[in-house]
Amino acid sequence: MKLWLARQRYLIDFTLASLARRKTRNLGLLFVYTVLVFMLASVTLYSHALRQEAARVLANSPEVIVQRMVAGRHDLIPPGYIEKIGRIRGVQTREARLWGYYYDAVTKANYTFMVPAQGAPAGGEIIVGPALERSRGLAKNNGISFRSYSGKLHTFVVADVLPQASELVSADLVLMSDESFRAFFDYPAGHYTDIALSVANPLEVRNVALKLAAALPDARPILREEVLRTYASIFDWREGIVLALLSAAILAFGILAWDKASGLSAEEKREIGILKAIGWETGDVISMKFWEGLLVSLTAFLLGFVAAYAHVFHFAASLFGPVLKGWAVLYPRFQLTPQIDGLQVATLFFFTVVPYAAAVLVPIWKAAITDPDSVMRG
Amino acid sequence: MRPADRALIFLTLAGAGFATCFLDATRLRAAAANDANGMATLVARLHLTDLALFTEARYTRHPSQADLHSPFQDHPQALEHFPTGSLIAPPAGLTRTTSEVGAGETAK
Amino acid sequence: MIELSAIRKAFNQGRENEFWALDGIDLHIEAQKVTALRGPSGSGKTTLLTLVGCLARPTEGRVRLAGEDISGLPERFLTEIRRRRFGFVFQQFNLIKGLSALDNIILPAYPTGQPRKQLLERAEELLARLKLGHRRAAKVEWLSGGEQQRVAICRALINDPELLIADEPTANLDSHLAREFMAILEALAGDGRSILLSSHDPLVTGSEVVDRLVEMRDGRIVDDR
Repeated sequence: MKLWLARQRYLIDFTLASLARRKTRNLGLLFVYTVLVFMLASVTLYSHALRQEAARVLANSPEVIVQRMVAGRHDLIPPGYIEKIGRIRGVQTREARLWGYYYDAVTKANYTFMVPAQGAPAGGEIIVGPALERSRGLAKNNGISFRSYSGKLHTFVVADVLPQASELVSADLVLMSDESFRAFFDYPAGHYTDIALSVANPLEVRNVALKLAAALPDARPILREEVLRTYASIFDWREGIVLALLSAAILAFGILAWDKASGLSAEEKREIGILKAIGWETGDVISMKFWEGLLVSLTAFLLGFVAAYAHVFHFAASLFGPVLKGWAVLYPRFQLTPQIDGLQVATLFFFTVVPYAAAVLVPIWKAAITDPDSVMRG
Repeated sequence: MRPADRALIFLTLAGAGFATCFLDATRLRAAAANDANGMATLVARLHLTDLALFTEARYTRHPSQADLHSPFQDHPQALEHFPTGSLIAPPAGLTRTTSEVGAGETAK
Repeated sequence: MIELSAIRKAFNQGRENEFWALDGIDLHIEAQKVTALRGPSGSGKTTLLTLVGCLARPTEGRVRLAGEDISGLPERFLTEIRRRRFGFVFQQFNLIKGLSALDNIILPAYPTGQPRKQLLERAEELLARLKLGHRRAAKVEWLSGGEQQRVAICRALINDPELLIADEPTANLDSHLAREFMAILEALAGDGRSILLSSHDPLVTGSEVVDRLVEMRDGRIVDDR
């Protein structure tokens, strides 16, 4: 074992010395390799964490949202509609929600106006999301005017700002009282936007939805699990798009690495002959080259992964967050909770380290079994 | 020091950095587990249904709550000019009609 | 020390361009002697060296090393024997470019896994002996032809072999350097080391250092003095 270790150290010495001979070339390769791992790891870490975050946060959203459809379009919930739902077994609570969108011409951004079920601010007061606080330069007790769709100017006082930490779900929210909301949007009395149902037993959600569809044929139930699935697919999509864009780079690197690693020059072949002639075994030559492949690819993998981790979870994926997040006037600023999928890391490892190591080894295998007397004859 | 030792020490350090990522992730997860940022509570309190990621247009703000026709103006899979629209698939439930839903199935 | 009996070696056997480089060689190479193979190019000198040095196996016949038949041994064992018992000085020197003289010298000892300190000490000794100590850190491609050959000799001696094999050692040297090489050879022979070399340089074959001159032609031994 000790002898084996001593041998491997010598082989690493040699492989490093031979890598050092083409220093710029090999460092360049290592750099490109590291950047590639960094990009791939950033994308997978980021989208996985975002997927998990969406699942975690939205696990608390209502089990079922009921929209009413008129002529195939989303319409308001008329008075008395909510009472019809109460008779369905399994529904624990039902709450009518009031919310809508407002386009702010000043910042050219869309806000979500909403009436919270509990803890609504007093009339004339609003609670704003952190992105709004930034874009409009708002602070507590400031006044702000919005011109409503009917053309009237409404002035509100900012009662509070939602915590910055919750920005991922609250960036563009404007919370106000029922009366303010109705007055601002000229919302008909007794009407609501949609209905949130809470169902105690998760196994019953589907049944509730079926019963809803039967009792209220003009209702469209949206289940929480659908929402979660939608988010998973959104980030799958995005990951896919970024990876598709990256695939050209991956291919280019693949060609480069293959060419570098597998194209054994005449000189390298001669060297292998010399090493064998002076007493290196075929196994020594192969081990030496194996170390070369491993040192380069493992270094690139480890450095790339660590850099990607720091980039995604400590620097908010600033390099390509916009592609994965979306493109908007009001960007939520948020720090993701790190979720690392072991399988993803293993896959990344497998697809970055193994091909390179193999590309280094395969041609060597062929060269290393040639007769050592070629050096004398050559 | 020998180059081999230097390389092995470097690799060990890089490996330690790799392991640190996992430790750091565990630490940050533990911090987030008790809902320190209040997000889960807020979602529950306000009945929120979507992440505030895509605020560029009204119909991209709540992908799960979107109107049947509005996000994909003329055709369920039409591309439109916001990046989000070209990137997100319509929620599965939206591509079915109300009559199908009403005929005894929930939207899938 | 080494006994060759009825050795034949074919290249491209069974093909149209089949060629018998050695055709019936019987030779006993004695220990602690300087043996020189002489002959025109194509006479089979180099091929014979590769067989003695375990770089290749004969097509027919037997090679005995210290009484043991090694002609049928698998590659791994031949490598082991080659590393422990033979040192090679090639005609083209065959140093590894980009490495320093010192690194080149200790290369054959890598598979043995000996402590590096010990290895470096021995390499320094050899360098000092061949008056090359001042060039230890120089990359081999910056060395002159004579210096390169001395590095090659140091490399051949690092594992303290019983037999030093040199193929056309003076072919790439001018007369002055060739004479220097012969001086080194004399010193090594004086240590009691066995040496086998091939040459058609009269400076080598006519030298007093050579104990025995084997004359070759067309793959056969034609004269043995």
